[in-house]
Amino acid sequence: MVEPLLQTYSLRKEFGGLVAVDDVDFTVPEAGIVSLIGPNGAGKTTFFNMLTGVYKPTAGAIVFAGEQMTGRPPHAYTERGIGRTFQNIRLFQNMTALENVLVGMHTRLKGNLFEAIARTPRVRHEEKDARVRARELLEFSGLRRKDNEIGRNLSYGDQRRLEVARALATQPKLLLLDEPTAGMNPQETAEFTGFVSRLRTERNLTVLLIEHDMRVVMGVSDRVTVLDYGEKIAEGSPGEIQKNERVIEAYLGTAAVTTS
Amino acid sequence: MRRRIGTAIAQAWWAFLGLLGLDRPRWQRLPRRTRRAVKALVWVTIGLLLVWGGGVWQWSALAIAAVVLVLVVPSYDRITIRGRRIGRFIVPGFVLALAIAYPYYASLNGSVNPGMPQLPIFGPLPQMSTMVGMAVFTMMALGLNFVVGYAGLLDLGYVAFYAMGSYTAGWFASSQFGHQNLYLGAIGVTPGLTGFHFSIWLVLIMAGIATAVIGVIIGLPTLRLRGDYLAIVTLGFGEIMPQIARNGDNLFGTGFNLTNGTGGITPIDPPGFGNWIGHHLHLPANYLTLGTNSDRAFFWTALVLVLLTIFTSARLRDSRLGRAWIAIREDEVAAAAMGIPLMRTKTWAYATGAFFGGVAGAYYASYTGAAFPDSFFFNISVFILCMVILGGMGNIWGVIFGACFLEYLDKEGLANIGAWLNTHFGPGGSNFQIWHKPLDVPLYEFGIFGLILVIVMLFRPEGLIPSSRRAAEFHEGVHDQPLYDAAA
Repeated sequence: MVEPLLQTYSLRKEFGGLVAVDDVDFTVPEAGIVSLIGPNGAGKTTFFNMLTGVYKPTAGAIVFAGEQMTGRPPHAYTERGIGRTFQNIRLFQNMTALENVLVGMHTRLKGNLFEAIARTPRVRHEEKDARVRARELLEFSGLRRKDNEIGRNLSYGDQRRLEVARALATQPKLLLLDEPTAGMNPQETAEFTGFVSRLRTERNLTVLLIEHDMRVVMGVSDRVTVLDYGEKIAEGSPGEIQKNERVIEAYLGTAAVTTS
Repeated sequence: MRRRIGTAIAQAWWAFLGLLGLDRPRWQRLPRRTRRAVKALVWVTIGLLLVWGGGVWQWSALAIAAVVLVLVVPSYDRITIRGRRIGRFIVPGFVLALAIAYPYYASLNGSVNPGMPQLPIFGPLPQMSTMVGMAVFTMMALGLNFVVGYAGLLDLGYVAFYAMGSYTAGWFASSQFGHQNLYLGAIGVTPGLTGFHFSIWLVLIMAGIATAVIGVIIGLPTLRLRGDYLAIVTLGFGEIMPQIARNGDNLFGTGFNLTNGTGGITPIDPPGFGNWIGHHLHLPANYLTLGTNSDRAFFWTALVLVLLTIFTSARLRDSRLGRAWIAIREDEVAAAAMGIPLMRTKTWAYATGAFFGGVAGAYYASYTGAAFPDSFFFNISVFILCMVILGGMGNIWGVIFGACFLEYLDKEGLANIGAWLNTHFGPGGSNFQIWHKPLDVPLYEFGIFGLILVIVMLFRPEGLIPSSRRAAEFHEGVHDQPLYDAAA
């Protein structure tokens, strides 16, 4: 069997007495789209933040592409190839779309302070290249001709897209999307779902998705993992999850299970 | 209050436009250039009317107004020669030419040119010694701009870097360490003089590097902190450095005299190029032997240093590192998630800022010939920070303007304004007497700076010449949004 791209071993996070994530074993296979769902407060975002180094896990281990990542700073995760978006959009609001994407390329560019001051030919080429690639990424993400638009002036949907473009600029192997369709209308959601599938088919990316919208989850995911109160309560294909009693219970309450 | 004044100004503005037969939509349909020209014209007219109404009319005011209009009204940005956008260099180039030519105009055999025009209220144009101070403080303000303007880290202890630079000059270009004799291209050193005497150019570089190292050392523990906490710790370091300078004549009780205590280190060697280079390249061998014209040489050298600082500022701003700084300023969590190593990037900002602070400090020490612990009080940190805020954080031109203006007020402007006020409203005043004892305006310097700062923060929080980014930020209050959602 192929080594999974990302693995966690009994990953745990406690905030004081509260166990936000309770010994979760989790794998993301290469080139798959995996979704993480669960009721509000189930610990999904906490789990996400551990996978990107924003939080240090209380216990457990994260292995990405065969490398032990536990306890390293966020930028190390990005360097290794984990890109992410945020639940509440966190663009660099006062930078242009192009600059946002260029910031995303930070780890893939090399020019240092002294080269930047001297503007050596290497840096000049690198910058030029980066700009070309950034424009391509913007175009791929459906933001043509928006390069010089300031982040805050973009429409909500475009801001979401720009966040993805910026994450793609880090050249991730694994892309983490934190509720990307939150606040979108059905049409935008449908477009975005198509966009996520394209990420896999055209860019050969692995995607880990936190999502509330069940249509999105069931539509694009290969596998779904369900968290409740920090515990993993179910895992399987979308079809299996839809029939799983514990999942229905977690979402709709015990009554829903007994009456159906 | 602020809003009411703001509305009043706006209403007056629209009423004025109405007189010209322009209503709001028609005004907004005008091309941007026309709008800018009209605005500039109105402001200049208001300024001239004030000058005239104040009874201080001088023809020089008209000349200054004309120059301002010529520089501000046309947009030079679009001028290109063979596809190269040279237009944006026109205004800076013009200002630079003025600055280079100014010493010829302002000083005549070391004293103020008697034929120089007087400005209304502000009196005579700045003297050369003031110009040197303005250049040095511009450099420091630009250095602080790396930290505050670009990376958004509030540093209240920038004076530490100034002190470090000055003392480096003191150590390596004076007789401070008498038991060691080492000459390295020093200027104006008579044989037999004890101590380290390095060439000032070498000392400038050494001061920059030493200060950058200090910046890294201070930065490593403090830059983990955020916002207010960082400000408090930098404040602490800003206080520590002058204390070390003050008490460094007996370091740790070992009897080692590092800083010569309250006596300070003096004299510090002047800059110069030495006889050989001086002779062959027609550069001054020793600035002090230029006599009454030495301030010119000091000013031009400072100008070169400022240009280097501007160059570095501009290059770094548009580089990968500069983008990372701005990204950190905008959103630390997102920046980290984009792969920007927070600590390292912030430390670079700190070190770069410190470098220029150190060079400026060393140069100023060489100019004044001394490094005294009393020159490195907390108020200098605030002074430099005011320059950055007044001009416009993150904008090179704004910071330069802020630095020049405040340093001018500090050195001469306030005294001149005070003199003007006293002759017009003070005892024996020609017009009418309001107060009966001469008013010592420079005494209220920091009160006045505080007032300027309050007014700027209320009406134009982004500074007088803001960077376009910062302007948006302040008016929409991005930083008011809570930072917790990544953690939620």
